[in-house]
Amino acid sequence: MSAKDLALKLAAHFGEVISTPWEFREEVTVQVLDENRIQEVCAYCKKELGFDYLVDLSGVDNYGEDPRFTVVYELYGYGHRNYLRLKTNISEEKCELPSVTSVWRTADWHEREAYDMFGLRFAGHPDLRRILMWEGYPYFPLRKDFPLAGKPSELPEVAFSNPAPLEGGPFVTVAGGKDTIAREPRVRVPETDSLETNARLERRRDLGRADEQHGNIKPAP
Amino acid sequence: MSTEVHDLHVKEPAARVAEGVNNLQNAGAMVHATPGNSDELQDDPGEKMVLNMGPSHPATHGVLRLVLELDGEIITKAIPDVGYLHRGDEKIAENMTYTQFIPYTDRLDYLAPLANNVHYALAVEKLMGLDKQLPPRCQYIRVIVTELARISAHLLGLGAFAMDVGAMTVFLHTFYEREKIYNLAESLTGARFTTTYTRIGGLARDLPPGWIEQCRKFIDEVVVNFDESEKLLTRNPIFVNRTRDLGVIPKDVAIDYGLTGPNLRGSGIDYDLRKAHPYLVYDQVQFDVPYGSVGDCYDRYLVRMEEMRQSVRIIRQCLDQLPGGPVNVPDGKTVLPPKEKVLTSMEELIHQFIIVTQGVDAPRGEIYFGGENPKGELGFYINSKGGGTPHRLKIRAPSFVNLSILPYLLPGNMMSDTVAILGSLDFVMGECDR
Repeated sequence: MSAKDLALKLAAHFGEVISTPWEFREEVTVQVLDENRIQEVCAYCKKELGFDYLVDLSGVDNYGEDPRFTVVYELYGYGHRNYLRLKTNISEEKCELPSVTSVWRTADWHEREAYDMFGLRFAGHPDLRRILMWEGYPYFPLRKDFPLAGKPSELPEVAFSNPAPLEGGPFVTVAGGKDTIAREPRVRVPETDSLETNARLERRRDLGRADEQHGNIKPAP
Repeated sequence: MSTEVHDLHVKEPAARVAEGVNNLQNAGAMVHATPGNSDELQDDPGEKMVLNMGPSHPATHGVLRLVLELDGEIITKAIPDVGYLHRGDEKIAENMTYTQFIPYTDRLDYLAPLANNVHYALAVEKLMGLDKQLPPRCQYIRVIVTELARISAHLLGLGAFAMDVGAMTVFLHTFYEREKIYNLAESLTGARFTTTYTRIGGLARDLPPGWIEQCRKFIDEVVVNFDESEKLLTRNPIFVNRTRDLGVIPKDVAIDYGLTGPNLRGSGIDYDLRKAHPYLVYDQVQFDVPYGSVGDCYDRYLVRMEEMRQSVRIIRQCLDQLPGGPVNVPDGKTVLPPKEKVLTSMEELIHQFIIVTQGVDAPRGEIYFGGENPKGELGFYINSKGGGTPHRLKIRAPSFVNLSILPYLLPGNMMSDTVAILGSLDFVMGECDR
């Protein structure tokens, strides 16, 4: 059975919810028109149509369009060796769709990544946390309105209790505080820079002294 | 060919934990039954301790962090923490042309940059509809470099795996051969590590003079090294004891977690993208796909060992069959024209200008292309709105997916077996974190 037949079978079973399948470069794609039923559709694909392997799950940001986000599911069946792509759209206001972790366990990390990068929430996910960015990071970096250079954000300074070697030197980027354009070593102005670095080092020393007083860490030798 | 899936009767993590703790308690009871033991030596079963492994730990092969909850020496819960090497490759890809992104693919699986280059180029070519037009010589050379990269990656994977379980010699031994692959890559691309060898619709350059002979010499020598490494490991009782029946992944679990590559085949599934969906000239060379029977660490080792031998077989056939002719698609709008033509002819000058400033003109549409990388299925999902820049480029990294099985695989095992399991999964954090 070819991928097209499987897609037609899926469309026949779900009727209105599934769009007509289309083909591009010999790949069959169907649109799931109701994002709330994606879990149901995926479960059917796995159980009845033999798509036992979720290859990939990715979010897409169509900034400026409505609905804004698309989630793309790439399915594969080891039995019949066909690929099928499912797509579904989510509006910016809602940003939520059912999780498919109960269908394929591999969806766990893929969905966490989509949440991390686009802010899409997957209802029913067992442990929806950030995966690539750190816990507490305030932005969703793969959204189109997030600039390539990044945005200033507070790095948790726990990992930097002592100044790093060569810190303040000409070829060392400065962690946190600014975006990557301002942190780029080649555009930094040494005079103001050293003032800033000194201020930061001073602040760290204060923190270190405070920790020492509370007996938290040993002072650096 | 369909793949039958059946359960290998492996207990779920919770049951394994209960069993391990139970064994430990029985052993403890026996010890305490002997006279002369004081109370202070008594272990307190059920008391949990949290151990932080990584991000800088020699056995985590990069910057993987594991938060392990232990009961004595038994792992009761494992939480992998990834992302320490996140560089935002997918964001970067959206802001540059397809050709400009090729150097970034070197840095995905940095043990096999040539294979990444090839699979990325194939993905973009699929989007542009060029994959059927590639000249045969280009296809053969791409297969040769992909298989060289596979040998290089597996050699390191095996060496590091062996070192993790205590066999230091193998690591040095395999590195000796990897050095030769780096020399081959250097004479081919000008760089040992960051190769950036492919272009959209072709290659950066043809094979240099004498390269084929060097490559033949290398594959004759590397087979000897495989034999020697295998003598050091395959029947080594220490190595076998540390890897056999450890970290068993049943077939259905392997599929459920989306494992690919040697980790999937180690679990007994005969699935290789080079055979199942042949690309380039993989359907014109003969090779076998090895797969395991138990799905333990030892099987994954055996699969990698045999895959390298099959790669040598593929390279040998490709070198024998290597046709002449051009290495680039004869299309001035896709591949940079030769420099002498740019300097003398108007049309080529315009093409060069457009390709460099705007990139190759890709159509609207979306494709997914997955290729058999050393670590598993490296896939690229490209969503294009037309023009020279992708609207969205998603990298389906095999190491990322392979690592997601750790919360299933680690609980119930001894702490010291973690390094063997991690070594057998053979992951690269550069690719996992992107």
